[in-house]
Order: sequence, then C-alpha cells, then structure tokens
Amino acid sequence: MVHTSLDVVDEKISAMGKALVDQRELYLGLLYPTEDHKVYGYVTNSKVKFVMVVDSSNTALRDNEIRSMFRKLHSSYTDVMCNPFYNPGDRIQSRAFDSMVTSMMVQVC
Amino acid sequence: MDAPEEPQPPVIYTMENKPIVTCAGDQNLFTSIYPTLSQQLPREPMEWRRSYGRAPKMIHLESNFVQFKEELLPKEGNKALLTFPFLHIYWTECCDTEVYKATVKDDLTKWQNILKAHSSVDWLIVVVENDAKKKNKTNILPRTSIVDKIRNDFCNKQSDRCVVLSDPLKDSSRTQESWNAFLTKLRTSLLMSFTKNLGKFEDDMRTLREKRTEPGWSFCDYFMVQEELAFVFEMLQQFEDALVQYDELDALFSQYVVNFGAGDGANWLTFFCEPVRSWNGLILRKPIDMEKRALIQRQEATLLDLRSYLFSRQCTLLLFLQRPWEVAQRALELLHSCVQELKLLEVSVPPGALDCWVFLSCLEVLQRIEGCCDRAQIDSNVAHTVGLWSYATEKLKSLGYLCGLVSEEGPNSEDLNRIVDLLAGLGAERPETANTAQSPYKKLKEALSSVEAFEKHYLDLSHAAIEMHTSVGRTRSARLVGKDLAEFYMRKKSPQKAEIYLQGALKSYLAEGWALPITHTRKQLAECQKHLGQTENYLQTSSLLASDHHLTEEERKHFCQEILSFASRQTDGTGQKIVLPLHCFAHLRDLHFTPSNAVVHVGGVLSVDITLCSQMPIPVRVEQIAINVHFSIEKNNYRKTAEWLTKHKTANGVITFPAETSPLPAAQNNLPALELYEMFERSPSDHSLNTTGIICKNVHMLLRRQESSTSLETPSGVALEDGAHVLKCSDVTLEPGPNRITFRTQAKEPGTYTLRQLCASVGPVWFVLPHLYPLVQYDVYSQEPQLHVAPLADGLLAGIPQKVKFTVTTGHYTVKNGDSLQLSNAEAMLILCHAENRAVIYSNTREKASDVLLRVQSSDRVTSVSLPAAPAYHMIEFELEVLSLPSAPVTGGESSTLGTTEPHRKHKDTHRAGHCMATTDHKVSIDCPWSIYSTVIALTFSVPFRTTHSLLSAGTRKYIQVCVQNLSELDFQLSDGDLVDHGCSADLQLVPLNAKCPQAIHSKQSVFFVWELLWAREPPPSLRCCFSVGFSPASEGQLSVPLKPYTYEFQVENFFTLYNVKAEILPPSGTEHCRTGSLCSLEVSITRLSDLLEVDKDEALTETDEYFSTKLMYEVVDNSSNWAVCGKSSGVISMPVAAQATHRVHMEVMPLFAGYLPLPDVRLFKYLPHHSAHSSQLDADSWIESDSLSLDKHLDDLPPGQVFNSSAGTQILVIPSKDDHVLEVSVT
Repeated sequence: MVHTSLDVVDEKISAMGKALVDQRELYLGLLYPTEDHKVYGYVTNSKVKFVMVVDSSNTALRDNEIRSMFRKLHSSYTDVMCNPFYNPGDRIQSRAFDSMVTSMMVQVC
Repeated sequence: MDAPEEPQPPVIYTMENKPIVTCAGDQNLFTSIYPTLSQQLPREPMEWRRSYGRAPKMIHLESNFVQFKEELLPKEGNKALLTFPFLHIYWTECCDTEVYKATVKDDLTKWQNILKAHSSVDWLIVVVENDAKKKNKTNILPRTSIVDKIRNDFCNKQSDRCVVLSDPLKDSSRTQESWNAFLTKLRTSLLMSFTKNLGKFEDDMRTLREKRTEPGWSFCDYFMVQEELAFVFEMLQQFEDALVQYDELDALFSQYVVNFGAGDGANWLTFFCEPVRSWNGLILRKPIDMEKRALIQRQEATLLDLRSYLFSRQCTLLLFLQRPWEVAQRALELLHSCVQELKLLEVSVPPGALDCWVFLSCLEVLQRIEGCCDRAQIDSNVAHTVGLWSYATEKLKSLGYLCGLVSEEGPNSEDLNRIVDLLAGLGAERPETANTAQSPYKKLKEALSSVEAFEKHYLDLSHAAIEMHTSVGRTRSARLVGKDLAEFYMRKKSPQKAEIYLQGALKSYLAEGWALPITHTRKQLAECQKHLGQTENYLQTSSLLASDHHLTEEERKHFCQEILSFASRQTDGTGQKIVLPLHCFAHLRDLHFTPSNAVVHVGGVLSVDITLCSQMPIPVRVEQIAINVHFSIEKNNYRKTAEWLTKHKTANGVITFPAETSPLPAAQNNLPALELYEMFERSPSDHSLNTTGIICKNVHMLLRRQESSTSLETPSGVALEDGAHVLKCSDVTLEPGPNRITFRTQAKEPGTYTLRQLCASVGPVWFVLPHLYPLVQYDVYSQEPQLHVAPLADGLLAGIPQKVKFTVTTGHYTVKNGDSLQLSNAEAMLILCHAENRAVIYSNTREKASDVLLRVQSSDRVTSVSLPAAPAYHMIEFELEVLSLPSAPVTGGESSTLGTTEPHRKHKDTHRAGHCMATTDHKVSIDCPWSIYSTVIALTFSVPFRTTHSLLSAGTRKYIQVCVQNLSELDFQLSDGDLVDHGCSADLQLVPLNAKCPQAIHSKQSVFFVWELLWAREPPPSLRCCFSVGFSPASEGQLSVPLKPYTYEFQVENFFTLYNVKAEILPPSGTEHCRTGSLCSLEVSITRLSDLLEVDKDEALTETDEYFSTKLMYEVVDNSSNWAVCGKSSGVISMPVAAQATHRVHMEVMPLFAGYLPLPDVRLFKYLPHHSAHSSQLDADSWIESDSLSLDKHLDDLPPGQVFNSSAGTQILVIPSKDDHVLEVSVT
C-alpha cells in the first residue's frame, strides 16, 4: 500500500506548500520518512505534485540525485502538457514520458 | 593547608566539571583568597580566539582549583582532557629576602622542575603583597625586589609570568586595580592554555582518525577520544561545539555502516553485528549514561547501545541548547535509520525486539521532551512530535499482532513465550524511572501483559495520534491511523466500530480520487459490512468491487459471486427488493431508437436499442431489464404530426451517455464551468469609460459550499418509480463488456414518453439508474386523415390543361378497397380523365410501398376517384389534370387611348396593377370517405393574357386596335383572331388588316390586331365588339382536348369625328422663318365635320331658330415650354352645329428655342354652362376673365374619337435671333 503513504505525502506537500509560496524552490525534499521508504516531493508552480518513493535501503540516492530526477520529470511532464491533443486530467499516455520514466527507473535500480 | 576541595575521584563526568587549575606554594594564603577569586573569575567574559578559523567566542571562565600534586600532571600519552590541569599557579606572600632565599626559592625551583619534567609550560607565579606584613618588618626591602628576584630567577624573558596581587582582602582602589590585572592575566593564561592544549588534542585526534583505514583501528577508542573533546566543550559551556563532536561521530559511524552495506566492511564493525539481546530503549533522563559508555569503552556495546548512547548525548546537548523539537525530529530519523542499519548489517534481532525498542524509545523521547517543556509549548509543536506518536502506535500495533494480542482468543502458548522473551530483553526497569507511574517501560510491560491492557494502550495511543494529526491538519495521516484502527477492530470482531473509520477514509480517498486506496478500503469495508449484516450496503460495495479493475480477476469474481449467490438465495423468500445504483454494475453507453427520430404513430412499433457495458467479470443472467417511462400528453399538437417527424430529424438517433466520472475526483468535475462576461461602465455625461472588469455570472454556483453531508456512496435512496409504462426485456445474460439490448413496444396513446429509469433485476437485487441524462424521449402521435391538393407547377394557368397533385395522408384511417374521393365539379373547370392515371403509395417514412392504377370516373357533376387500398399512416399520391375555361372579361366603360381595362365582376377576378395576371378561383368540393364533411379546395388559375384595345382615327376614318399581352412564362400560338360587332348593324363593316397565319406570342410579349371600321350610314354612338383568338401552348403539338378560344369583349363609343382642329404658326410678316424671341402668330381653325348628330344632344347644345350651336372651349398649352403664349391662351367659342362650320382663333406665340419645334397643343373641351338658364346671359369673356377653379365643373372632355387634330405632329423651324443677348419674357 504505497499509495496510502502517498496520500499522507500529499498532505505534507500542502503543509509545506504554505511556507514555500514565495520561494522558487520547487523541490520539497524529503517529506515523509518511514521505516522502509523515503518519500520525496516536488511541486510545480501550478501546484502539480510529483512524489517519488524510494526504498530506504537505497543509499546511493542523495538529495541532489533526487532533485535532478524531479527536474527531468518536470520537464518531461511539461512536454506532455504542451501536447495539444492531451486533455488535462486524462491519464498520461505518452510514449516519450513513459520511456523517460522507465529510463530513470533503470538508472536508479 | 588543605586543598579547597577534597581530592576528587579519578574521573567525574558531571556538568559540574570545570577546567582544573593547580595551586602550589602558600596554601593558607590561597585559601584566604579563594572565595574572592572563584567569585571574581567568571564575572567577565573573555574572548577566545580559536584555531582553524573558527569564529572567536566570548566565554565565561570558571575553574576548579586543586592543590598541586605531581600525580595530577598527565603522563606521556595520556589523552584524558578532563583531568588535564590547564594552569599551574604558585602562590607566595613572601616579602622577606631572607625567607625567600631560604625556602621560597627552593620551593619554586622544585615546582618549576616538576612542571618542566612534564613539559608543562602553563604556569603563573602570584606574589601577594600585604601592607600589614610590610610594616612589621623594619628591614624591609623595596617590595619590588622580591618580585624582581622571582622574575629574575624564574621568568627569564617571561616577566609577565609573575603577577603581583596587592592587599587582596582589602577594599581599596589599589586592591581593585591589582585584582583586575590579576584576573585578566589569569583568564588570558587559561585561554592560552586551552588553545594550545585543545589544539594539540585535536591534532592528535585527527591523526587518529586518519588511521581509520588501518586494520587495528577501533571506532570505540576513537569515540572515546572525540567524546573527551566534546566533554571539554561541554565543560566550557560550548554546547554547540560539543554537539558538533557527537554529530561527527554519528556521521562517521553512519558512513561506515553504509560502506559496510556496500561491501566495504571494517573489522571493528563486526562486533556491532552481534545479535541484539537487550532492547531497553533510549535512556535520556541522565546526562551521561555511564553504563552504555562503559560498554563502549570496553568495546562490548551493540549497535543499539552505541546509537542509544550517542543519541542520549545529542539529546542532552540539544536540550541545553533549548531545541527540544530537534530532538523529536532527530529521534524519528534515528529510529528509522537504526532499523535500517540493523537490516543492512544483517544483525539478528528476535522478532518484536526492534518494535519494543522503537516503542520504548519513542515514548522515552516524548516524555523527555514533555519533561522540559510546558504544556502550551508542547501543544503548539505537536507537528514535531506527532510523527513519534504515530510511529509508537504503529510499533505497538505490530507487537500486538505478533504476540496474538489482537485476536479474539488471546495469545496462545507460542505467543506467550514470545512475550516472555521480549520482556526479558527489556531487562529490569531503570532506577531513575522506577518511581514514575507512566514510564515507557511500565507501559510496554503492561500492554504486553494482557489483551485488555493492550487494547487500552493501543486505543489510547491511536486516538492520541489521530487527534494530533487532525489538530495539525494532517487529516490524511489521521485517516491512515484510523484505517489501522479499523483493522484492529475488525480483528477484535467489532465491525460496527471499524465502519466509521473505514467510511471516513473511503470518503476522503474518493474525494481525492486515489483509486488504489479506494479499492483497498472498500475491500475492508465490504468485510465489515458483511459482518454487520448490512445486506444492502454490502451488496453495493460488492458490486463496486466486482467492477473494480484494480482488483484481480479472482477477487472480482468472488464479489460478483457474492451478489449472485445472495440473489439466488433470496429468490423464493420474501419479496424484499434491494435497490442498488446501476453504475456500479453496468454502464449505459448509448441508446438508439428505431425509427431514429423517435416519433411513432399510434399503433406503430418502436424499438429502443441500448448498449449496456457490464462491469462484472463474469456473465450475469439478468431476469429483467426494464425502462420506466413517464407519459405526458403533449399539448402541442404540431409535434405529433408527420411534418414534425420529417423536419426534426436527430443525427442518427443515437444518444450517447457520458462515461462515468468515477476515476476522477468528483468534487472538481461537478463544478459548473465559469461563465465570465466583460463589463464596461461608462459615465453618463460624456460616455467615457469609468470602470471595466470581468463578471462571473454563476458565482453562486461556483462558490456554493460543497455539501459535506452528501456521502458519495450512501445507498442514496434510489426511489423506484412505479410508472404505468415500462419497457421490459426479460432473461438477458449480460456478458462482460458491451451488451446490446433491444426493447420493443407498440405505441398506444399519443403523447410524449420520457425514459426515466433503467432497472436491471437479478433476483431481489435491483440495479437502478435513477435518472437517464441527457433526457431521452419518444413521441407517439395520432393523425387525422388528410387530403392535400397542390398544383404541380408554380401556378395554374387558365385555358390549358394543368396538373394538380393530390396527396392523401391516411393517418389512422385505413383506406379500404372501394373508398373513393367524390369531386363535385365546378362549372368553369373540367377534370380531364385519362386512362393511365397512376397512384403511388408511400409509407410513413417516405418509402415507396406500391404503385397502382387509379380509376377515375367522371359524370356531369361528380368526378369519382377510387382510391387504392392503403394501410394507416401511409400516403397516396396521384395527379389529375384540370382545365379552367378561359374567362372573357368584358369592358364596360368607354375605350380610351390609354387602353385600361375595367374588368367585370362576373367572375371573382382580381386585377392587380402592373404585369400581374388576372386570376380566377375555382372551388372544388371533395367528399372523403373518412369524413361526413366535404373538403372544399380552392384552385386559383391565372389568365395568361391581358388584352387592351384602342381606337385610332385618321380624319374621319376609324381603326380599332387590339393588343394581346402574354403575361405567363409559356409561349403560345395565336390563331384565328376575330372581331365581331354585337350591335348587329349591317351598315357597319369591320375590315381586318391582320395576317391570316397563326402568330407566335412569346412570354412577356405582345401581339397587336387592327381592324378598320367602315360604315355606310350614320354610325351608332356606341359599338359593342367581341374579340376572340384561339390559342394553344406553343410547346405542345397536339392537345387531347379542344381548347376554347380566348375572348375579349369591349365597347367603343363616340368614335365618330366631329371636329377637326388645325393649328398653324406663321412667321412675322416680312420674315421667312420664325426667330426666337420674336412674336409669331398662331392660327387655330376648328371645323365642324358633321351636322347634328345623336351624340351632340346634351346640355351644351342651344337651339335658336332651328340653328343649333354648341359651346366649346379651346386651350393652347405648351407642356414642353417651347413656346410662350402671349395674351389669352384659352377661350370659349360658340360653335354652330353644322357641317363645315369653322371657327378661327388668332393668338401670338413666341418661340423660346431655336430648331424644329413641335406646335403647341390645342385642346378642345365641351363647355357646359353652370346652369343652362343662365348660360345665355353670361358673357363668355367674363368667364374667361374669372379663370377660377369652379370652371372645371363645366368643362367636359370631348371623347378622343370626336376630335381629330390634323396638325398633330407638325413642326416649324425656328432660327436663333441675331441679337440674343437679352431675352425678356413675361407670361401672364
């Protein structure tokens, strides 16, 4: 039930979001450490939230790596949104986005 | 000569630690000074400059003064810093040279030698001067001498190592001054010593650290060394620096563990990998946990011991720094990382031991924080501690599950063993918490002791965690804890308590659209509802789960089977219906009517096809699918007619229903779209723009508070409508995915039927779609039979055969064989019967059904058309040819040169101005078989021609001209033009001057016919003529029926010429031509051509002695302004009524232009006296003089035929005058 923890994460973003209104930093950092996972958050200026869950035992991923992963994810997401055929709110069905995410996952694992 | 303090135990690590300063020399003297000294020393801060670029700090120095002993001096290699004497002071108050030489000097030398032996360079010699003592000695040396001696003897080059303190116990300015100087010196020396010694120590420590890659290196040894430094900083109240030391140790250790995980193991780590045997949690109540420290020192500590000790130190320092919240945060991190590290190092830990440790630690940290903060502070910082609370809750929960404390039966023997083992690992309770009732140790022990106690503690913790989460706004976290709690309740078999939490969690997941948590929670809820026996809710949740794609096929089938088995179980039971919303069972995708426009006549068959996407994983046999239909009688009759049917066609009759919005957050989708409008407000005075903006018109919709009470999954009271009209379909098996279901119905009553509810029943379970949206309707109409008659072409032309189309719309009437239409003929209209009339029967949807021969029987008055047999709601179409007899409009009035016709009122002719055709209406009354009333149909025929006539004169010879104008679009052939005189006077002869051959008259063209009128005797005053001409359409060669000729009757009156008017203009005498501007004479001669005739007998005629005369008025008018008439332009003359009687009038005219000018008009009127009795008395001239309007009454136009102007058309040459510079014209 990783999704359930995501739900908690979401709340954390909103809690942090208030403090971060003025700042340009989109990366929210470690949001919610649990015993087994670390949850990182990222929120765009239009309040689109990205959440990444990393296995706690994965020590290779430092803050900076996570941050750059989020940046990549964000730019790819922006590309998807720019697609005139994409209907905001739909499930993302972009091959480019998928392959980007997959490559990121491969790189991490 | 005792030391101010008792010799201390070798090491005391308390916060009372102070840097050690040794005292040698005169102990009595020191004892007397000590109180002042220890009081004065920390009074003023000193700036401490640090090495390695660390920021300088102001510190208040305190010292622990101890008696100098050689043992105190550190031996070579001893790294202990706390026991390190930082400064050595020698006290003396010797003022006597003798004494100095005898004892003090030796003593000092010995002292200094010891120091040198230990290479200690931090020393100070204090010489106390006392005035009182000085006075006692007479042979006193200058006081400086002793000091100088000492300086000479001991302080070579370092004269500042010797300090003089004067009269320390007195209260004088001198004393104060010397104290200050001494203290400053003391502080400076101390700091210098710190800097030097600590610097050296740090260097050593670093060297040690750099050796860490060497095999024999031990973390514990290093730990002890660095901690020593931390202790010193702590001693100096430099908690930040102390904390840094511990953090460095922490990071170093963590890095080792990580490296170990990566395969880069260090030997010393192996003993940290020993199995964990004790898990008694963090101990934070003591500043230093000596027990653990000893373990570390002995290198016997486990990982948990090391971590615990490290954290307890960090915690202590953080609390000194007033940062309790950091403690909480670090604690959570520590606990997580400890668990991870144990995993990483593959340390064997008994199950549950870690949970115990974490639980105890959480509570210990929380209690420690609570112990140093007040309530308000804690409440406002719940956000920091709530994580620990929920962590503790989680751990207690897992302990409970592990030890069988959550089950209904309680722990079994295995569980009990485990509990005993776990409790053993806790060890005995620590003495410092033994007296506290709520110590974490006691709590855990109690919780593990019995099921009830566990429940109490767990509920306490859970509720506290939920409450805290809620209070800091982390509702989602609270939901998660709530879900755990629900699970706990389910285990405890109290589902009613669990339900609230599950519903709450589900509600928030649904509102935010988290699909997986929704599924998971629903699964739990389904179980809960099953236990509670909430059949309806359970079935609904089951159906939702059965249609949930996030579940596995097996699970979905299971839930589907649950519904089906319930349904089959209840079939024979009581007729209790269970109503569930349809959307969780199937989704109505589209609906399609046949006929596609959803309009059907009474008795017609309507079929409705729906596509229902079943969400179930297996085929489901549905006993009945029904659509409730709401019936309303349509007020607007027009909708029910066939015209409406054809006009309002929907795209293809398919109504698509929007897909469900379940996967997305419902809250956002339900919001209506923004309706924004521009707004401009202009100032009323100058129309300039005042304000502009955007108005949202549906603010009330958008800002409406979301109704929190409406749960998304309540059974939602789906009301079953018991409509009388139901479309049904029985025994349908719904396969997973789209299914096509067809409903058939026969339309009964006319009206509008609205589809309301869709309802599928499986046994007693009814799946109901409460509202069909968008609105779906079908109409049933009933239509009266109708007959419609329309000309085939744009308009009907009279005189030639024309086709008329008959359309019979049968409506609800069925046309039987033998039914016929009876047409009562109008007089002037013929219905032409042909042998091969055909009728075509169409169905309601304009499809050709059949083509039959039509029988038409015609008698004198009635034409009977026998209709072919046709079913209801069909159309029969056929054509008939009709012929309107051409009418003969007769002119009643006098003919005129302009030739306007005055149509007679014999027919209902209407003559419109311009080129419109005259029309004739014919009414046909038709008897229809379905009605007792006759239908009267008016057919309007247009006369294609317009005829005018005119009388032409040439002197006394007369001609009649007839003009036939074709107004229609068709071309015609005209033949046999003939003019007949109805007056039957044989004397009169009409001589045609026309061609004999047929003439073509094209559309919009005219043909003229002329006859000369010849007479032998005196002609009659009026002449009635009849013109007739045969015509036929030019295009058609042979016509089936003989056509009647076109006739035109008119009357010509007063056609006989009575007067001849002749005008002549003569140039002035002596000139050949008229000139402009010069007067010419106009001679008008009026000649009577005949004797008294019948037509002359009127009021103007006067008779005097058989001599008849009549009064005429002439008038010269020049409308084209060519001439200026000078003098009288008109006059009345008395004309004798006798042949060849001539009247001449002379007048002057002046040409205004040069060229050939037409002569001015001379008009002749019959002058009727106002009153015949007075007429003779009146002077004609006086009448003319009073040229008033009343004169008009007495003038009468002579009919144009009676006057012939013989000079009409003549022109006269006018040449321009030579002097045309001034032309003055005056016309009276």
